Amino acid sequence: MTMKPTTRGFLFLAFVLAVLPLALPNGYYYDLAIRMAINASIAVGLNLLIGYTGQISLGHAGFFGIGAYASAILTSRYGLPSGLALIIGAVATAVLAFAVARPILKLKGHYLAMATLGLGIILSMVIINETELTGGPDGMPVDAFSLFGMQIVGEQAWYVVVALILLLVTRAALNLIDAPAGRALQAIHGAEIAARVAGVDTTSFKVRVFVLSAVVASVMGSITAHYVGFLTPGVAGFFHSIELVTMVVLGGMASVFGSILGAVVLTLLPQLLSAFEGWETVVFGLILMLTMIFLPRGILPTLRLKFAGRAA
Amino acid sequence: MLEVRNLSKTFGGVKAVQDVSFTVRGGTIHAVIGPNGAGKTTLFNLITGIYTPTSGEILFEDAPAGGESPDRLARRGMSRTFQNLQVCMNMSAIENVMVGAHLRLGTSLLAGLFRLPGLAKADAECRDEAARLMEFVGVGRYRDAHASQMSYGALKRLEIARALAAKPKLLLLDEPAAGLNHTETAEIEALIRKVADSGVTVVLVEHDMKLVMNLSDHILVLDYGRKLAEGSAAEIRENPDVIAAYLGASA
Repeated sequence: MTMKPTTRGFLFLAFVLAVLPLALPNGYYYDLAIRMAINASIAVGLNLLIGYTGQISLGHAGFFGIGAYASAILTSRYGLPSGLALIIGAVATAVLAFAVARPILKLKGHYLAMATLGLGIILSMVIINETELTGGPDGMPVDAFSLFGMQIVGEQAWYVVVALILLLVTRAALNLIDAPAGRALQAIHGAEIAARVAGVDTTSFKVRVFVLSAVVASVMGSITAHYVGFLTPGVAGFFHSIELVTMVVLGGMASVFGSILGAVVLTLLPQLLSAFEGWETVVFGLILMLTMIFLPRGILPTLRLKFAGRAA
Repeated sequence: MLEVRNLSKTFGGVKAVQDVSFTVRGGTIHAVIGPNGAGKTTLFNLITGIYTPTSGEILFEDAPAGGESPDRLARRGMSRTFQNLQVCMNMSAIENVMVGAHLRLGTSLLAGLFRLPGLAKADAECRDEAARLMEFVGVGRYRDAHASQMSYGALKRLEIARALAAKPKLLLLDEPAAGLNHTETAEIEALIRKVADSGVTVVLVEHDMKLVMNLSDHILVLDYGRKLAEGSAAEIRENPDVIAAYLGASA
């Protein structure tokens, strides 16, 4: 039996994640790999909303922030177990996302972008201004993550955790896009009116995938808070939201592996460009522009088309 | 099967459909014809829930259907195709057809995420069924193709396959032969006949008079949003009002 391309891709990802530690010489590289995996997980979730369902969100860092600050506040100020805090953060995110999704997702295109942008900014402002709870602009420390009495400490342990999460998120996303619900999502993107006529309750699907991607961002926010050990309001800010969307678009809309690649590239680039001393942001922007001009569908789908075209 | 009573729809000051009434009996082929801008597509959009009627009633299987959402009408057994193709170009051909079977499959997001048992099996059956339908409408050779690789004529058939995947009781076809050449039109005609013979009630909007006259048990003629005439193919062909509307009144 021939293997599905997605299965091959998944096994390749698992292989890379398994052997990568052999190539990571020190904590700095581990740290980079961990950040990549965290970003990749969020991007895969966000791609279900943006790339597959065709609904933009410029506010997902807000959900990331809810998860991060829920974990930080509930563990350090109220002494809750970190696992429970993570779940409370995820549930709070789900409830909020569900509540705002219905009115927001009625909007299309630019209007949806504006509404989600506003949502993200509100969440970010709340975090900045609730100084008593969040420490405001100064940030707040976060305790280590502990599960069943075991603490996750050190880059190597964290690497294992986030690699497993990334594998889980990737597998689930691949499952979904190949399932009836995933086809309904893609049909909303392709021809919304046809989807409705086929019986797809488009509003309900948009809401559900919005909540799903928000919960993934929230959980990764909790993970990041514990991993980094210190939180500042920037994690919930506008620029972080844009960064997440850029990962999806750069890597490739409606491509799970593209999102992972986009996250890897966008996490790596600033590090590689530090040699440009002060000009790195300019070079960074230039690279993004050139990529979108020459690889308009995103890195992975464009390359795939090129190679498929040559093979045919 | 379908009953429309005094249906009207206005867009601002434009009366797109005015006081139209007709009945579609189960198991028949019903055509709606009329010059461009007569309100045929608007009528379809009203029946399938894309527009809400300004006034009047629509009864589908003796139950009110006016103003109900398209996905709920789909649940009740109504399906349609579109004048301007509405094919998902971001999906493969067979997946487009499988979308049509949406209501018969488990559509929970969680079940999809974790590929719960039962889902994979039902999905595989759905894929086989979709392949059969593609064969039925004559696009079987595109089984492994992407929708963006298909020709216009093939996409029109693909839309019919998607509509049939819902196993509808009532199928509305909006200009199934538009943009097709003579051979393709003859093939579509044979296909519509096959669909009707399988027990699906068909309502179609079409400009190709040969196809309309060959297929229809009953024809409704619209002009400027109003019902101009109604009757069998033979009656419509002889109707002086219809001839005047199509050829220009002989003043």
